[in-house]
Amino acid sequence: MNKERSWIKGALIGGAIAYLALVLLIPAVNVFVQAFKGGFGAFVSNIGESDFIHAVELTLLIAGIVLPINTVFGLCAAWAIARHKFPGRALVISILDIPFSVSPVVAGLMLVLLYGQHGWFGSFLEASNIKIIFALPGMILATAFVTMPFVAREVIPVLEEVGTDQEEAARTLGGSDWQIFWRVTLPNIRWGLLYGVILTNARAMGEFGAVSVVSGNLAGKTQTLPLFVEDAYKQYHTQSAFSAAVLLGCLALVTLVLKEILERRTHIKNVDEA
Amino acid sequence: MTALVPSSKSTSISNNPLSQLSKISWAWRVTLGYLTLMLFLPAVALMAKASTVGVGEFWRIATTSEAISAYDVTFITALIAALINGLFGTLIAWVLVRYNFPLKRLVDAVIDLPFALPTSVAGLTLATVYSNNGWIGSLLAPLGIKVAFTRLGVGVAMLFISLPFIVRTLQPVLQEMEQEVEEAAWCLGASRAQTFWRVILPPLMPALLTGVTLGFSRAVGEYGSIVIVASNIPFKDLIASVLIFQRLEQYDYAGATVIGTVLLAISLLMLVAINLLQAWGRRYE
Repeated sequence: MNKERSWIKGALIGGAIAYLALVLLIPAVNVFVQAFKGGFGAFVSNIGESDFIHAVELTLLIAGIVLPINTVFGLCAAWAIARHKFPGRALVISILDIPFSVSPVVAGLMLVLLYGQHGWFGSFLEASNIKIIFALPGMILATAFVTMPFVAREVIPVLEEVGTDQEEAARTLGGSDWQIFWRVTLPNIRWGLLYGVILTNARAMGEFGAVSVVSGNLAGKTQTLPLFVEDAYKQYHTQSAFSAAVLLGCLALVTLVLKEILERRTHIKNVDEA
Repeated sequence: MTALVPSSKSTSISNNPLSQLSKISWAWRVTLGYLTLMLFLPAVALMAKASTVGVGEFWRIATTSEAISAYDVTFITALIAALINGLFGTLIAWVLVRYNFPLKRLVDAVIDLPFALPTSVAGLTLATVYSNNGWIGSLLAPLGIKVAFTRLGVGVAMLFISLPFIVRTLQPVLQEMEQEVEEAAWCLGASRAQTFWRVILPPLMPALLTGVTLGFSRAVGEYGSIVIVASNIPFKDLIASVLIFQRLEQYDYAGATVIGTVLLAISLLMLVAINLLQAWGRRYE
């Protein structure tokens, strides 16, 4: 019986690992191997190209703008939803999830229909000489759209678990709203919040579909790093595509490591409280 | 965080119960304002544009043979991918929860890779690994199996993108399941197969269905990795999202809008289905 069990155990583990290798591990390792196939020098010369540097700068700029906006929104939405019982609460949470379930191309399409040349605000924007589609503002809007739910989704369960006792105690002791937020609420939700921000950042820097619809994908102008990867690959510059991919791969690795650390922290915290 | 500054204005009336109310409504105002601007307004723009097309024309565009074939490639492939991941995701979740083996933590962390890896990078590396001279593709090529730039490639990208949803939905449920129940089943003379089908699987079903639906919905919405790994040829491996993109490139806004509306409607239906499944799952808690 025991021998049979360990045989089954080995087969199950082997099957699981083999499947993971085929679908996740080998493709992930491939990114790093391909990027350094031509040696480190080739990699360095690839990331020195001006289009590449511009793509990195644009990616950082967009993430830098979207991150604070969606963090503030996420905090407000989480507070509004978690600290307020009302009918239709589940519906609001579902609505918040729409950006995750809709295809990013549809998200981009919506923005084109609103702000594009033939869109609702098209003639107004053209008259006032503001360019949104095929320009930076459109890319920011698209990125903000697809990363909208992350912070709220991570903070809502934490706020619910923490409860209102401490906040109420602080209020009884005469704390102002501002003090309560900084001294009581924020320390309680900090790991959940940070987790949400990290996920927002990963998606903001990695978003491809929605941004590619609204950007026009002009090298050196409206090309972010993920767009650069696709463009270089299509132009048969596979080597520079992989050089860019390895940077984004590192971003993914950093995200995973931070996620792991944060999960351990929140877990340890839960154990302490229990 | 600066957004909370205006709430400090209400400090002067903080002893007043109204301040609590004003703070809540303030957070609500930001939430609703942002949602209106970023979500409702674009959605309304899409639907308004769709409504100008006219019912007959809408139906004609939505059911052209190219569109039907794109739905077929999108939804059927996503369904198959989600089901395959339902099987292997259960296996992976089971192995991670029940067994100890070297590098288990690493394997567990790797599951989230598709969440963190940008989709264009996923597409690039899958297209390389599964191409005829790639690491895995070169092993399959002699068997006459082409993955990259075919519908199979679309399927592999969908497997990649939807796997974590199934594993991560199942893990907590498996963790909470008490092994004693299985042992009791064995003691009562149940075979291994009976224990699995009658004892383990039923409480797992809601989570499994939720995970598969989440994975399916994500696979349907996937664009970045598929556009790179597929050849995007109509009637072969062209998915609905890519069709929308191509319509936009041809300045065919009506065509893009109609197919976009169909996809949006299906995404919303999936969202409702997922919520119902989760509500069903909570009954087991």
